[in-house]
Amino acid sequence: MGRYLLRRLLQLIPVFIGTTLIIYLLVWTIPGDPFAGKCGDRGCPPEYIAEMHAKYNLDDPLIIQYFKYLGKLFTGDFGETYAGIPVSQLIESAYPVTIKLAVIALIIEGVIGLLAGILTGLRGRGFLDNLVLVSTLFLISLPVFVTGFVIQISLGTELGIIRPTVSSNPSIGELIAPAFVLASLSMAYVARLTRTSLMENRRADYVRTAVAKGLEPRRVVGVHLLRNSVIPVITFLGTDLGALMGGAIVTEGVFNIRGIGGLIFRSILTKEGTTVTGIVTLLVLVYLLMNLIVDLLYAALDPRIRYD
Amino acid sequence: MRKGRLAAAVAVPVAVAMLASACGGGGSASGEDGIVTLDWGEPENPLVPGNTTEENGGFVINALFTGLVEYRASDLKVENAVAESITTTDNTNFTIKLKPGWTFHDGTPVKAKNFVDAWNYTAYGPNGFQGSSFFEQVDGYDVVHPKDPDGEAGPATPPTPPTKEMSGLKVVDDNTFTVKLKNPFTIFPVVLGYSAYKPLPDSFFADPKKFEERPIGNGPFKFVDRTPNVELNVAAYENYAGADKPQIKGAKFKVYEQLDGAYQDLVSGNLDFLRAIPVSALVGDKWKQDLGERAKEKPGLLTQNMGFPIYDEQFKNPLLRKAISMSIDRKTITETVFAGGRDPADGFATPAVEGFVPNQCGEACEFNPEKAKQYLAQAGGFKGTLTVKTNGDGGHNEWSEAVAASIRQNLGINVVFTPVPTFGEFRQTANAFQFDGLFRTGWKADYPNLETFLTQLYRTGASSNDYGYSNPAFDAALDRANAAPTIEEANKGYAEAEKLLGQDLPIVPLWTQPVQYGFSERIAAGEVKAYRELDLTTVRLNP
Repeated sequence: MGRYLLRRLLQLIPVFIGTTLIIYLLVWTIPGDPFAGKCGDRGCPPEYIAEMHAKYNLDDPLIIQYFKYLGKLFTGDFGETYAGIPVSQLIESAYPVTIKLAVIALIIEGVIGLLAGILTGLRGRGFLDNLVLVSTLFLISLPVFVTGFVIQISLGTELGIIRPTVSSNPSIGELIAPAFVLASLSMAYVARLTRTSLMENRRADYVRTAVAKGLEPRRVVGVHLLRNSVIPVITFLGTDLGALMGGAIVTEGVFNIRGIGGLIFRSILTKEGTTVTGIVTLLVLVYLLMNLIVDLLYAALDPRIRYD
Repeated sequence: MRKGRLAAAVAVPVAVAMLASACGGGGSASGEDGIVTLDWGEPENPLVPGNTTEENGGFVINALFTGLVEYRASDLKVENAVAESITTTDNTNFTIKLKPGWTFHDGTPVKAKNFVDAWNYTAYGPNGFQGSSFFEQVDGYDVVHPKDPDGEAGPATPPTPPTKEMSGLKVVDDNTFTVKLKNPFTIFPVVLGYSAYKPLPDSFFADPKKFEERPIGNGPFKFVDRTPNVELNVAAYENYAGADKPQIKGAKFKVYEQLDGAYQDLVSGNLDFLRAIPVSALVGDKWKQDLGERAKEKPGLLTQNMGFPIYDEQFKNPLLRKAISMSIDRKTITETVFAGGRDPADGFATPAVEGFVPNQCGEACEFNPEKAKQYLAQAGGFKGTLTVKTNGDGGHNEWSEAVAASIRQNLGINVVFTPVPTFGEFRQTANAFQFDGLFRTGWKADYPNLETFLTQLYRTGASSNDYGYSNPAFDAALDRANAAPTIEEANKGYAEAEKLLGQDLPIVPLWTQPVQYGFSERIAAGEVKAYRELDLTTVRLNP
């Protein structure tokens, strides 16, 4: 186990360098000088452009720029935006909100998705099963912005139950509606995944054995059936947390949540290369760690899986 | 029984979610009383007046700083603010006297040198400030801001200026300074309300970086705090010396990602001022139903045009340019694409500026497909394909496509719409004079005078003359207007110059953008300037 962990941690290094390099190159090789368009149709003074080029090492070859950037990154310096605001400060103010939102969304999709999946997986074929299948199909086919606007306008503007957009420093209660929107798609997948997995394992030998041994049905389902069936669901939820952090662009936009998703989106539009690379670097780390945790969870869930 | 329990298990979290979000919602968005919440976006530059040329930064700068003159919010009339008097005998040499008693937010008095130092710092080339070109008219500007010897694209950098001070600025005493311009410029006092001309306290020059984090101005509001990408708070400045003392306790500038979200907040009372209305709410005048009397509209300072690359042989004939302009159905496009959120242009400026004369473009801006075809035939037709270019990242694609379609249909020539991915790339092509077809251009007035729509854009060799337009008669008309004895005469002169543009048509004027804004129920009164900015000193709250 220890050796496995070490090997996995070492693997993170090349993946980390590779991804950040690709992102850096992608961001900075977009044609067009990011500063040529900064002053609107008036055009920027050449001195301004020269100063910014010097500040972001734009006159060096791209690969040298990257290593200069990486060097600073290792000292904890994420650089500055074009408006002179440290990127670390932006991340600091955006990350807590996004983490909160992502975790609430994860809980919602986990609880509702798993419950719906277990209910239908155990009974199968019936009104409830059909209801879940139809409603998940409905959720999967709706784009997130539609769900977002419908909830915002119906619950917010029309009924006044929630605020149409969240406040600057949102509480957990305020984030539930956006998190529900964010979770809706994955919730549907979790429900379907659990249902299929349960149905499949219900006829497995070990379940039959457990029943034949005369175990209580609750124990058969809870300890034997569920534990094995939930492995693919955990994989999905684990990677989904990473996706929720970066992929909340639409939801954050609709509810005006000042999180990571919107920050990346805006930085790409304004070609704030340093901001984009900084945040994506963090997201890469989140993904890598979540994957590691998921892999380690397998062994806990299914003792047959060993790493050494 | 079992079924019921499980159903309850599903229902409980949903119910909790609803209840919890209900607790989070509601409540007053505006926090404590007397604080007004405004929709805002992240400024592109540090909040220093001379380096702020865009809307979001300008909004805050105008709350934090007061210049020599200010524009009255209702009609943009020029009024003295910090200036006691601005006098001149020849429209070249100006003597500016300050009112005593003005202080910066750190308590230091506003002196003549605060203006002179700020202007010199902004104009000084190596500082790379975006507002430096606003001092072009001042004597000695070329010394502190030398030209790049081989143009912007060349490898050489401009030489370091021998001095940091413009020879045209002289401090006489604490409350007086003089300005010498290169040439007569009658409307100079009008220009002085722009943000680049605001004063800076001594502490700025000691540590500009620290100043950027906590700007110190002399305006009606002082900086409180800022969370980048989230919000910025200001509070009324108790020792403000101006006559327009704020009636509110402060303001919160809140960053919104999407106009639609901000609009929903306004409708449900979580936002007090929205400076633009999303197209989704303009459709069928929904915003007027939603807001009632709180939906307001007035002429704005923005124009949207299509430029011709006159440097290209194909577009040299004014008759061809006229034919293209007359084939565009402006009215239908503004109604369908913008749901009536734009006004078709009949000239090169907007009705919100002083000196505006309607219908300066004349026949050339009227929709008349028959005549357009006739002019096209007279001009010898158009060979090949006409391209219509915009930057694809600015939300201009829809209407540009409509313009292209309008020309194609009504002129019977082959027109294609080709967006360029980014604005940066688009500007590079413009700066290098490499367009080969119609390209999008727009202009926002810096100060409320007709001149702002003319000199920078169409004068031979002017900084934003992306068209390569050059007409000696037009340049001469501008010179005459600049040197006119009074501002009224000058305005007439500018209108004459504009008339010449209507004949030459270096651009196709498309439409101007009115200011459409909305207030919440908390606001009893408030004036919005034509550049979509709420004048915070005029805001009164309902009791």
